[in-house]
Amino acid sequence: MERPKAHPFRDVRLHVVTGKGGTGKSTVAGALAIALAAGGRRVLLTEVEGRQGIAQLFDCPPLPYEERKVASAPGGGEVYALSIDPEDALLDYLELFYGMKRAGRALKRFGVVDFATTIAPGMRDVLLTGKVKEAVTRNAKRDKKKLIYDAVVMDAPPTGRITRFLNVTAEVRELARTGPVRGQAESVIALLKSKQTAVHIVTILEEMPVQETVDGAAELRAAGLPVGAVVVNMARTPLLNAAAQKAALAGKLDVSLLAAGLKRASYKVKDSQVAAMVEETAEHAERVALESRERRDLATLGLPVVELPLLADAVDLGGLYRLAEEMRTQGMVG
Amino acid sequence: MSSPKSVPRLEIDTVLDTARIIVCCGSGGVGKTTTAAALALRAAERGRSVVVLTIDPARRLAQSMGLTELDNTPRAVKGVDEAEGGHLDAMMLDMKRTFDEIVVAHSTPERADKILENPFYQSLSSSFSGTQEYMAMEKLGQLKDDGQWELVVVDTPPTRSALDFLDAPQSLARFLDGRLLRLLVAPAKAGGRAYMKVLSAGFLTFARIFTKIIGAQTLQDVSQFVAALETMFGGFRQRAEETYRLLAAPGTAFVVVSAPEPAALREASYFVDRLAADKMPLAGLVLNRVTRSKAPELPAERALAAAEELEGSDSDPLAASVLRVHAERVAMATRQRKLAERFTRAHPEVPQAEITALAGDVHDLKGLRAVGAELAEGSLALRDAG
Repeated sequence: MERPKAHPFRDVRLHVVTGKGGTGKSTVAGALAIALAAGGRRVLLTEVEGRQGIAQLFDCPPLPYEERKVASAPGGGEVYALSIDPEDALLDYLELFYGMKRAGRALKRFGVVDFATTIAPGMRDVLLTGKVKEAVTRNAKRDKKKLIYDAVVMDAPPTGRITRFLNVTAEVRELARTGPVRGQAESVIALLKSKQTAVHIVTILEEMPVQETVDGAAELRAAGLPVGAVVVNMARTPLLNAAAQKAALAGKLDVSLLAAGLKRASYKVKDSQVAAMVEETAEHAERVALESRERRDLATLGLPVVELPLLADAVDLGGLYRLAEEMRTQGMVG
Repeated sequence: MSSPKSVPRLEIDTVLDTARIIVCCGSGGVGKTTTAAALALRAAERGRSVVVLTIDPARRLAQSMGLTELDNTPRAVKGVDEAEGGHLDAMMLDMKRTFDEIVVAHSTPERADKILENPFYQSLSSSFSGTQEYMAMEKLGQLKDDGQWELVVVDTPPTRSALDFLDAPQSLARFLDGRLLRLLVAPAKAGGRAYMKVLSAGFLTFARIFTKIIGAQTLQDVSQFVAALETMFGGFRQRAEETYRLLAAPGTAFVVVSAPEPAALREASYFVDRLAADKMPLAGLVLNRVTRSKAPELPAERALAAAEELEGSDSDPLAASVLRVHAERVAMATRQRKLAERFTRAHPEVPQAEITALAGDVHDLKGLRAVGAELAEGSLALRDAG
């Protein structure tokens, strides 16, 4: 199949990746960064929850508050990574707006930084999204007309918190009616609500994550935030043909036909083992059926859907490249 | 290879029959809520009077437990077998309401109104990242104090890190009760001259910067909030400390829930370490969604080779696909076993119990009952076979 030329997110510069816990959103964010970097582009992958998930994913030492190259992509692309710490982001911000690096340190000593980043409502999120926005809009050192990164991927908070996290202005507008925090929040929200941003939701084909995806997409839309693709992660590959799938679901697999086939392959098994394999097959069929039901629910969202297969082994670097290739093949990025 | 046989078994029925508080914790998406509900149901059906506090149950599970009204009070769960004399109540946490109730309970009506109307309070009570954790712990304390239940089972909020909920109550209390806050909003008043001396000139600078950063209006809201809260100061810290003590007391049992996935097990590992460091009573690990083969003695490689042979001749598509299903299943079970063994090697003393992966979600009492039974009766011998 020909890949569609105008992939849906061609103009997007900030890819926000969210998803319910346990769906593999960090893995998807990492794979997306590699996919975007393919063909010689420069991409920044950021995390905002201080978990060092990127370091685990790319098998490198814990990331400092500094942009580091973590991977190469096919065709000369480069993936950089940054673990954004709200405290450091605040100090950055103080320096940027007030030229107050030393004062920042004093604030830290008095516990103000702690206060501002963990307690002041909305402040933490303003700082985190603010830093991401800065990376999206930063110019290259050598050529001021060029942007330093072709795209930025954010491994964002989970679906349940994403709208509030991105919709910082709403809260800050209520709280900080004046002051530079307000101004900062406004400029961040302008980027987040523009066509340059897409919020992708990662899910697996199970009831709760799919429900959260549907709810999350509705919340994002209601807040005027641009929903990108639904990324179905760890999808089972159906292993049975239509007839066998139907028979297995109904508990009517032809056991003698199966036994004959096993015999032809010189695969020696006891009857009890054949029965065990029949049970496993019935459960596989049940799972495949459940996944197709959930898939139908997702389709009602009317969003582009990308499906990534369940890899037999834990996702290592090789697995990430495979998932990245899958994203390109399915036209999520071009 | 280390033998899983040496893993001590989590004797869940002993815990259910003796504990006064059970806290289910673990990273998001591992099945904490389901595990908490299954444990509570089993304890009730074994004859105890139980209340379960859930945070964010799946819709159908909530319905099956009668959790349709969000009124922040426990309600009896219908369909529980009460033959042994037990009883089960369930409730869903309403974070904001719990906070409002504390405010009302600890101040005059006039003060309470002032606090409840304050924009800073409204934001704090509904969005501060530690509020949910704090309120879960607060509600736990209330349910315990109430005295009508022998056992309180709590599910913990889906925090980014499993550790947050141990710290969040204290950090919120520290803030609300904090001298820093008093200093910021009323430097002349708070603590008098002694503070000013200690902080010297630097203080004025930082107060100015702080005002600049968050805006004067915000500071005014905070100031009003703090003034209204004056009577409650100290109370917050005291409550947080009480809850913390309650958690560390004998009679509390922490159950760490995980799935056999690298990230979830890593969190579980941290959590076990953290509980040990804080001297919190850990009952054990529940490993949820474990894949098992029903014929684990038939290796994946041979099944795959046979499948390929059949596919080459295209003679027996059914046998070939059944072999592939089996191979996939064995490979998945093996991978999960390896991950679980990594945890076991790091924490050989932590008792474990397992729940087999199901094709669908648990969404009724029957399903919860089955989960409870497997936790109690399912033997670790199964895992030797798997």
